[in-house]
Amino acid sequence: MAEWLLNDLMQSARFAAQFEFLDEIRNFVGDIARRGGFSDKAVYNIQLATDEAASNIIEHAYKGVSNGVLELSCDVSNDAITIVLVDHGKPFDPSQIPAPDVKADLSKRKIGGLGLFLMRKLMDEVRYEAHPEQNRNVLTMIKYKE
Amino acid sequence: MEITTQEFKHCDLIKVKGRVDSATAPKLAQALESATKNGKYKLVIDMEGLEYMSSAGFRALLAAQRTCRRYNRGEVVLAAVPQRIREALELAGFTELFKTFDDVVSAVGYF
Repeated sequence: MAEWLLNDLMQSARFAAQFEFLDEIRNFVGDIARRGGFSDKAVYNIQLATDEAASNIIEHAYKGVSNGVLELSCDVSNDAITIVLVDHGKPFDPSQIPAPDVKADLSKRKIGGLGLFLMRKLMDEVRYEAHPEQNRNVLTMIKYKE
Repeated sequence: MEITTQEFKHCDLIKVKGRVDSATAPKLAQALESATKNGKYKLVIDMEGLEYMSSAGFRALLAAQRTCRRYNRGEVVLAAVPQRIREALELAGFTELFKTFDDVVSAVGYF
């Protein structure tokens, strides 16, 4: 289901925006990060952050949409990996999502916002831009090598 | 992802293998619900064969813990949590909400 475009510096792929493709999405970023020299721990965390980002897009941006497309690109430089996820669904403003209280008691623990929280913790930079005039939302995540 | 359930005298053991993400977490949630609907509130989740878990899996665990702890009738505990998954659970503050055991035998023995 993925169309792969390969060149030396950057790799991109398009995925159907469905949970069934999360496995492929994680493999795609995992392979690139591993080949780019990231540690096993960093590879796992990059995969987790990308999964959380893609899951949010599928669940929220493409809510009620069955034929959405998610464009994913990864770029490894000497010191960092940059992952860009583009969707054409409903824009959302991450700054409006309150951070979950990860110290709250069981009864007060909120379920929402955990994905975004993990993305911010696992990656060094997370940026979101909505371009409603182009019907295009761009999420950029960067992780530096340790 | 694969789930198998085994009943012991004092608790139920739920073994989860493979990868839990937004696609597979509903199956985990279902297995946990079916245990609690049968009046089983003391649950050990064996994570030894677990390769990956995203926040979708964490949510299923949290929902089960709420149900089990209600009226002090039981609890969900985690056994043999792989390192990467433990780190993510810690980051999300989930290790405060679940007792964890190094192996299944000690987790089952807790009940």
